[in-house]
Formats: sequence, C-alpha cells, structure tokens
Amino acid sequence: MTRSTTDATGAAVNAGPGGLPGRIRGVATSLTSSLSGSAALTIGLGLIAVHVVLAVLAPWIAGHDPVATDSTVALTGSTWTHWLGTDQYGRDILSRTLNGGRYALLVTFLATTIAVGIGTVLGCITAYADNWFDEVVMRIVDALLAVPSILALLVVVTVFDSGLWVIVLAVTVVYAPAVTRVVRGAARTIITQDYVTAARARGEKPLSIVFREILPNVMDVVLVEYAMRASWIVLLISTLSFLGFGANPPTPDWGLMVQENRTALTVAPLGALAPIVALATLVIGLNLSADGLSKSLGIDRAQKGAVS
Amino acid sequence: MNASIAPTVLLVLRRLATALLTVLLASLFVFFAVQALPGDVAQQLLGQDATPDAVAALRETLGLDQNVWLRYGNWLLGSATGDFGISLVSGEPVGPDLLVAFRNSMLIAVPAMVVGVALSLTLGVIAGVRRGRPSDHTISLVSLIVMSVPEFMVATILVLLFAIAIPVFPAVVLRGDSATVAELLPAVWLPAIVLTLAMAAYIVRTARSSTIDVMASEFVTTAELKGLTTRQVVWRHAVPSALLPTLNVVALNVAWLLGGVVVVENVFNYPGMGKLMLESVFNRDLPTIQAIAVVSALVYVVCNLAADLIALALDPRLRTRRKARS
Repeated sequence: MTRSTTDATGAAVNAGPGGLPGRIRGVATSLTSSLSGSAALTIGLGLIAVHVVLAVLAPWIAGHDPVATDSTVALTGSTWTHWLGTDQYGRDILSRTLNGGRYALLVTFLATTIAVGIGTVLGCITAYADNWFDEVVMRIVDALLAVPSILALLVVVTVFDSGLWVIVLAVTVVYAPAVTRVVRGAARTIITQDYVTAARARGEKPLSIVFREILPNVMDVVLVEYAMRASWIVLLISTLSFLGFGANPPTPDWGLMVQENRTALTVAPLGALAPIVALATLVIGLNLSADGLSKSLGIDRAQKGAVS
Repeated sequence: MNASIAPTVLLVLRRLATALLTVLLASLFVFFAVQALPGDVAQQLLGQDATPDAVAALRETLGLDQNVWLRYGNWLLGSATGDFGISLVSGEPVGPDLLVAFRNSMLIAVPAMVVGVALSLTLGVIAGVRRGRPSDHTISLVSLIVMSVPEFMVATILVLLFAIAIPVFPAVVLRGDSATVAELLPAVWLPAIVLTLAMAAYIVRTARSSTIDVMASEFVTTAELKGLTTRQVVWRHAVPSALLPTLNVVALNVAWLLGGVVVVENVFNYPGMGKLMLESVFNRDLPTIQAIAVVSALVYVVCNLAADLIALALDPRLRTRRKARS
C-alpha cells in the first residue's frame, strides 16, 4: 500500500530516500517533516505556485475543451494529441485535470479565506471578552464541532444544490468554529502580555485593542491555520465530488474525475491517476507550507488532530 | 486530604456538565436545522398530486401541527430512550436499523482505531527518538504522503491490488444490510486498513513531535546522566509523557473517523453508518439524518470527555489548574 501511494505521487516526490545517490536523497529527505522550516516552506510554496500558474494558464496549455466529448477517441491511452489519453467519453484527461485545478483552487481559496477570517475575528473577540459572551460562543462552537462536518455538508448540498457559493458557505460554517477555538487559545496567551495591559491602562477601546494589539500578534497562528485548513478543504471538496454530491458532471473536478474513471483504472489508469497526482501534490504543498510556517514561527503544528 | 480531592471532583463534575450541555446544544442545532430545510415532509411523502386534506391529515398523524418546541422535547425524550422516530423511506423505526449500522461501522472503526494508534505511536516514538536519521525521514515522508492522498484513492488502489489483481479479500459486500457479523468479517479487512492508514498518518506526526519535546526536556537529560540506557530512558520517561498529547489527537480523530467511514463504506459498499448517512441524505430521510447526527455528536463528546478524564487521571499538573478547559 505504501508503495502504491508513492507511485501515485511519484512524479512529484521522486522516490523514497533509500538507496539513492546523495543529491537526490537530499531532495527526498527535504520533503519530510523532519527538515528545517525554511526548506519545507520553499518546496511547499513552490508546489502551490506551480498549481496556481497551471490553473491560471490552463485554457492556453490544455489545448482541448475539457467538456468536449468525442466517442471516436474514447479511452485511447497516451497519444500525441491527447498526452494523458482520454476518458470513456473521449474527453481529454490533461485538459480536464488542468481545468479541475481552477475549480479546486478557487473554491478552496474562497472557503478557507472566509472561514479563517470569521474564525480569527471571533476567536480574538471571545478571548478578549472572557465573560458570558465567551462562554456562550464557546459552547456553541463545541456543539457545532460535535456534529460530523461531512453530514452537514451533504445535507446543505442536497437541499440547496451544489453551486460554488453554496459549497463555499457550507465549508465556512463547518470550519469557522474550529478556527475560532484555535485562535481563541492563541489570543488568550497574548492578553496576559504587558502591552495589552498597557493599552488597557491608556484607556484604549476594546475593539481597538482587539484589532491593534491582539490580532497582529496571533497572525502567525492564523497563517498556519490557513495552510492547514486549506489542505483539508481541498480534500473535503474532492471527497464531496467523489461521493456524487459536489460538482455536477461534466464539470472538470478532481474528485469527480476519480469517481468517473476508477472503473477504467486497469484500462486507462491515467484518467484516475492524473487528478490524484494533482490533488496530492497540492495537498503536500499546503501541508509542507503549514509545516514550514509553524517551524519558522515556532508553533507546534503536529499537536493537532485531523479535525481540531 | 479532602482539600485535595474536592477541587478534582468539582473539576470532573464541571467537565461532565459541559459535555451534557454540548450534546443538548448539538441536538438542538440538529433538530432546528432539519426543521429549517425547505420542503414539507408530509407533502414529500405523499407526492406532488396529494390533496391538501390528505397532506393536512398526515401532518397531524406525524405531529407536525404541534408547537416546534413541543416536538423538539418529544423527539429528545424519544431519542434518549432509543426511539428516534419512523424512517420516511422504509416506514420502520429508525432505532434498530441505526443500531445495526452502528455495530457494523464499529467492526471496522474499532480495529482501525486500536491498530492505528498502536502502529502510529510505535512509529512516531521511533521517528522522534531517531530524529534526523534515515528511519525518521522515511516515516515522516510516508506519513506526509498518506496524509495527502484522499481516502477514496487509497481505497480504490487497495481494491485493485487485493481484490482484483490478487483476490484475497472481497471487493465489496454483496449481502447488504441484512448481513450478519460472521458474513461481514471477510469484508472488514480492506475498509479497516484504509481507515487505519489515514488515521495513523496524523497520529504519527503528533507522537513524533511530542517525543522530540520530551527527549529534549530536563528530566530525560537527568535520566541519561544518571546512567540509564537509551532503551530505559525511552520506555520509562519518553513514551509515557509522549502519550498524553497524543491522547487528545486520538479523541479528535474519532470525529474524523465518522466522516472517514462515509467514503470507505461507499467504496466498499459496506453496510455501516456512513452508507446509511449517504442513503438517508440522498432520500431526504429526515428522522434518520437527525438520529445519525445526534448519535455522532454523542460519540464525539463522549470520546473527548474520556480523553480529558484520562489525561486528568494521568497528569497531576492538570488537576491543579483552575480551569481545565481554557
């Protein structure tokens, strides 16, 4: 199993470190969480940058319409006109994978930004308030966290259709409480600092303290949260599509592509492998960025669960 | 002596009350969220061409004409006694079906949990103790990759390898909802392996980093200086201290596990809670959705409560703090 996942992402990570010449081994080991923060951050941001560039330039690179079907070239395998082959409807896999990146990046960027934005502001305010308001918000946050996020998403998407903004808002509702909890924890340690006490003593207004003193000082935690949440949101959205509740066919979406092409895995493996490699490299990029950021900023990121 | 016990008892009681409140609030959210969904249940059951009279009559039978708070109270009391109402699809009580699905899910989730935690703690501690060496790099790299590949792909690849290429396990469960435990056992392996891998990838990282923290602490240096072997230092000092932060992550992974089973059970056609969840959402079977949500919330809260209480029992420092949850 380990071997097969390495194969699936092999294009991006070369290979395991064992038995390789020194220089290649250097590259391979720098991809692990055991390396210094700056190297992980560089590679992580590099992977994300490649994805962003490919997504922006997708219409010019792809060469084919991602939704155009052509039954004469169905399941061809790799050819000169279709570099990664075609799927069962004769759609070009490379074009679909590249265009799938635009959708994935757009939804992830919007959902992560809104969820982390709301969670950050709410976390700072509740931490500063530290009274009945804090207690009420945290009890609500706890209760929301207890409901399985996938169920909430499934219901919202079924009832309100799976448009872009519906998915973005549903993901926001699911992730904002978790961010609130984390940022509140970080903000509580900031509040005990002398400069906050000083600001209080000068008679600054509460909102000004929250936004001028507390918020800038939790930005390191927020940045790491951002990268980490983004990596989960990419996976969550593709999972929704895989289950048939996300993007509607024939939208070029990575999760949907895997679902459509996995039955043909033995005939035309690239149909499912191409979106998976794309998805995995993006998530590895986000994870490495989160690792790198938290190491350079001195935050222990691994002390978190898959969901917290 | 009483003076030292009383605050601890208070702390535990406070924590229990919070847990109860969380479950109640969650049930409230679930109930009202489902009520707020567009569409009338009675209309949906009878179809679009039902007469208004028939719809009104069914609303009365279902109790939909009552005050919403009254209905919430009735539903909550019923749920507390295992009566989750009647499924809109099968016309049967939700409770027994949910119980079977829950049991089936536990068949894959509990072994995955136990093996996953044991495996990841072992690997995490090894990686942490051998920080920077090839074994650490290998473990960290593999866990990063497993973490970054979605479960549906791991599941698909496993099916391809072990059910089609080398047919040792069945690819999907064919017996469906009526399968007994014995009939399910051959089908349990692949789903359980997928869950184990996905969960272990996260816990390895936590275990590794807390091992590194502990190995750098003063009491480990003291233990090394007084002449203990590496093995003794690791087993007596590093492992027990590294377990504590990991405990929390394990509890949080339970919530993930409830989502993880949805994908895994879908790929393997395994008749558990995840599959029931997908089916009930697809059919808009509101009583079943409500029941699954509340049971999941209960499981989540109980696991977190257990983790907190175990941490409290193991770590005396937590007992002296004024607020356990800050």
